[in-house]
Amino acid sequence: MTSARAWRALRRLWIARIGVVVLLLCLWEIAARWWVDPMFLSPPSHVFASLPALFETRGVPAALRVTFWELAVAFALSVVIGLVIGLAVGLQPFARKSFMPIILLLYGTPQVTILPLFILYFGIGSASKIAFGVSHGFFPIAMLIVAGVQNIKPILLTSARAMGATRWQILRHVIFPHMIPSFFAGMRLAMTGVLLGVLLAELYVSTAGIGHFTTLFTQNFDPTRLLGLISVLAAMAIVLNEIVRRAELHFSRWHTD
Amino acid sequence: MRSRSDEREGRLASRAVQAAFLIALIVLWYLAATRWGVSPLLLPNPTAVLRDFWQILRTGEFLGDLRVTLTELAAAFAIAASCGVVAGYLISRSQYRIRVFEPLFAGIYSIPIILFLPLYVLFFGLGPASKIALGATIGFFPIALNTIAGFGYVDKTLVIAARSMGASDVQLFRYVLLPAALPVMLTGVRMGFTVALLSIIGSETIASLAGLGHRIVYLAEGMEMAPMFAYIVFVVAIAGLLNMLVSTLEARGRRR
Repeated sequence: MTSARAWRALRRLWIARIGVVVLLLCLWEIAARWWVDPMFLSPPSHVFASLPALFETRGVPAALRVTFWELAVAFALSVVIGLVIGLAVGLQPFARKSFMPIILLLYGTPQVTILPLFILYFGIGSASKIAFGVSHGFFPIAMLIVAGVQNIKPILLTSARAMGATRWQILRHVIFPHMIPSFFAGMRLAMTGVLLGVLLAELYVSTAGIGHFTTLFTQNFDPTRLLGLISVLAAMAIVLNEIVRRAELHFSRWHTD
Repeated sequence: MRSRSDEREGRLASRAVQAAFLIALIVLWYLAATRWGVSPLLLPNPTAVLRDFWQILRTGEFLGDLRVTLTELAAAFAIAASCGVVAGYLISRSQYRIRVFEPLFAGIYSIPIILFLPLYVLFFGLGPASKIALGATIGFFPIALNTIAGFGYVDKTLVIAARSMGASDVQLFRYVLLPAALPVMLTGVRMGFTVALLSIIGSETIASLAGLGHRIVYLAEGMEMAPMFAYIVFVVAIAGLLNMLVSTLEARGRRR
C-alpha cells in the first residue's frame, strides 16, 4: 500500500519537474518567435528540427568525436595520475603533512590563467586540451584518495597488523576497500573538472574541434546550429556525469557507516 | 611532554620539506631558463619575470584591466547572490518545491555552463555584459542550492517549539530560520563568488576586449613571455587575495 503511494508521489514529482522544463522551453519558444531578433535566438522547435542538418554539416561529427576522445583520454589520465599522487602522498603521514598543503594551494589557484601556456607548450591540437583537462581532473582524485586513506579507523590497521598481515595484505584488504567510496567520489568531481578543462581549452582555441564550430556559428549569426551544438554537448556532459554518479552509488553502497 | 615536542618537530620538518620543494622548483626553473637552453619563448628567466612583476606594480599599468575585471565580478556576484538567495528562499518554503527544483538545479549545475559562453557572446557582445551574464549564471547555482539546503532542512523540532511558544513569522525567521540557515548559505555564497571569479577570468581569456584574462592572452599572442608570466602571478595573487577576503567574511558571518 505505502509503496504504491510512494510510487505515485514520485511520479507526480517527475511530472512536475518535467513540467517546469517544458514551461521554460515554451517561454523560450514564444520569446524566440515573437520578441527576439532571429539573428540571435531561434526557437527550440527549430533547433531540434535542425539537429540532423547539424550532423550533416561538414566536420561537425568529426569534431564531436575528437572532443569525446579528448574527454575520455583526459579522464583516464586524471584517474591514473590522481591515484598515483594520492597514494604516494596519502600512505605516509609525513608525506601527507608535507605535500597536502601544496596540493591544496595548487588546487586553489585559478588554472584558467595558465591556459595560454598549455596552448604554447602542447600546441593547438588535442594534446593541449587533454593536458588542460588533466590539470583540472587529477586534483580531486588525489585529494579524496588522501582523505580516504586518512579516514581509515586506526583500530582496523592495528588489528590487521596484530593478526600478522603483511604490508601488501594491509594495502589489499584494508586500505583499498576503504578507499573505494572516496575514490569514486573523486572520479565524479574529476569528471566535472575534466569537462570544464577540455571545453574551456576547446573554446579558447581550436582548429577542428567543437570550439572551431562554436566560433564559426557565432560569427555567422547562426543561433540554430549554435544552440544545437551546445545542446548536444550538454547532453554528452549529462550522460558522462550520470555514468560516473551511478558508478559511485553502486560501488559505495556497501559502505554505510 | 615528549610527544608534544615530537609533534612540533614533525611540523617543522613538514614546513622544511614544503619550503625545499618550492625552492627546488624555482631553482629548476632558473637552471632550465639559463643553463639548459630552454628557449625564452617557452620559459622566461625568473629574474626577468620578477623585474616585470615589479614594473607592473610600480607603473600601475594593471589598474585599467583590474578595474574591468573587478567591475564585471561585482556586477555578476551581485546578480548571482540576490537572485540565488531569493530563489532559494522561495523554493525552500515548501518541501514539494524543494523536491521539484533541487534536482533540476543540481542537474544544470553539473553541466559545464561555460558551454553557453558562445551564446552569451552572441547575445551580449564581446564587452563586459557577456562576462557578467556568464558569471551570474554560474554563480547563481551554488548560492541557490545552498540557500535551499540551509532554509529547507531546518530541524522541525526547533520550528515547532518556536511556534508553540508563540513566535510570529518575523520572529521565527529572525531567531530560528536565519541562524540555522546562515552557515550553509554563506558557504554557498563563497562558492558562488569563487566560481564567478573563475568563469569571468575564463571568459575574458576566451573572448573579450579588456580585463586581466584578456591581458594574459594579448601578451601570449605577442610572445611576450616575461610580462605574461608576471601577469599570471599577479592574477593568481589577486584571486588568492579575493578568495581569502571572502573566506574571512564567511567565517565572521558564521560566528554571529
